[in-house]
Amino acid sequence: MPILEVRNLSKRFDDTEVIKDISFSLEKGETLSVIGSSGSGKTTLLRCLNFLETPDTGTITVNGEVIFDAADPASRSEKGIREKRLHFGLVFQSFNLFPQYTALQNVTLAGLLLAKERPDYKTRKNEIREEIINNAKAILDSVGLSSKLDFYPHQLSGGQQQRVAIARALALNPDILCFDEPTSALDPELTGEVLRVIRELAERKTTMIIVTHEMSFARQVSDNVMFMDDGVIVEYGPPEQVIGNPREERTKRFLERYFENGNT
Amino acid sequence: MNIYISSLFEGFWLNIRLFILTLAMAIPLGLVITFGSMSRFKPLKWLVRTFVWIIRGTPLMLQLFVVLYSPGLLFGTPMKSRMTAAIVAFVVNYAAYFSEIYRGGIESIPKGQYEAGAVLGMTKPQVFFKVILLQVIKRIVPPMSNEIITLTKDTALARVIGIAEIIMCAERFTKQGLIWPLFSTGLFFLVFNGVLTIVLGRLERRLDYFKV
Repeated sequence: MPILEVRNLSKRFDDTEVIKDISFSLEKGETLSVIGSSGSGKTTLLRCLNFLETPDTGTITVNGEVIFDAADPASRSEKGIREKRLHFGLVFQSFNLFPQYTALQNVTLAGLLLAKERPDYKTRKNEIREEIINNAKAILDSVGLSSKLDFYPHQLSGGQQQRVAIARALALNPDILCFDEPTSALDPELTGEVLRVIRELAERKTTMIIVTHEMSFARQVSDNVMFMDDGVIVEYGPPEQVIGNPREERTKRFLERYFENGNT
Repeated sequence: MNIYISSLFEGFWLNIRLFILTLAMAIPLGLVITFGSMSRFKPLKWLVRTFVWIIRGTPLMLQLFVVLYSPGLLFGTPMKSRMTAAIVAFVVNYAAYFSEIYRGGIESIPKGQYEAGAVLGMTKPQVFFKVILLQVIKRIVPPMSNEIITLTKDTALARVIGIAEIIMCAERFTKQGLIWPLFSTGLFFLVFNGVLTIVLGRLERRLDYFKV
């Protein structure tokens, strides 16, 4: 059973249909890269999965449970959404760290708030808090930031901020971790450290969907690549095929333009 | 000479009381007005924005008269005390100004902060109180400081409805041919605002540990 199944998803903003009847599925431990030019609908797709946009049609199924059905208004209720969106983690292009909290606090904040809803919170308060904080430290260590726990976001480089953001998403242990162009806001010399962290996550079989413009990276880390254009999936398959040897005319043209611009 | 000085202190105590009571009530009331003016329920939003427009668009001096006289004229229940009328007028007026500062502060926080909180499973109130609020406070401290310093001087306006604040007290001596008490009232405001400037500056520096 796939961990994620998306069926007939569409999203329209006013007169523009940004996503047109998209269906795909994802296996546990799989890394899927989504490539395509700006405006192709990649980011909107991720935002739909994270309930930041409400799709107009379609269903989203995680672990066999339908967590969103556009035809069923009950699946859109505010309270339900809050629990369901925890199936997904999202790393933003612009990090969106909370500036008034340290790196460690950024990672623990949501977990500590969620813990308050646990039935055993009152009796095991200190234990639970300690667990969350130690877990956050371990995750920050795994992204190479154990020496920056008490630094505020403005004291960190872009690459370090994005690694904190990745740690923050990982701390809630999502089933599927989504990345929205995680290196696009970074200076070129800082992209490497972020890509290295994502690569390590792929090696540890974290289930991920990565919207990216980094073709060689996508080629190396992905199990599958999805090329989107104009709101539809044009080509889908292993990276050697989609990036290495594309069948579709539109994919070929996109990659040609990409490599002509001096990218690798 | 002591009579003069103690009279000025007595007057200034009224300015200070008016100042403190206005701040204590206008700061929270302003937040309520902000939520109204940012409401997604259009009729409420436009009602509140019209109210803010009227309050900011007319002189505070006129509002003092309106608050003092209209309960008696409209409902036959005159204001019991002039001080109450002054407090009501000041609170409403300043809450309207504060609400616009708050709104500017809230609207200046990037959408990504709300989205980051939401995808981490935080509720809307959690996002507001744990993520947004302190950033808003940091942004509004400088414009609020400005308004608060203006408020100390505006309290002198209460004299138009017969409240014996410091300048009114001092002017009585002018009629007796003594001008220095009137001029020296400026010192009271200067010292008070000097202290305020230091306190507000400290608050601003205390929020310097992060950048928005």
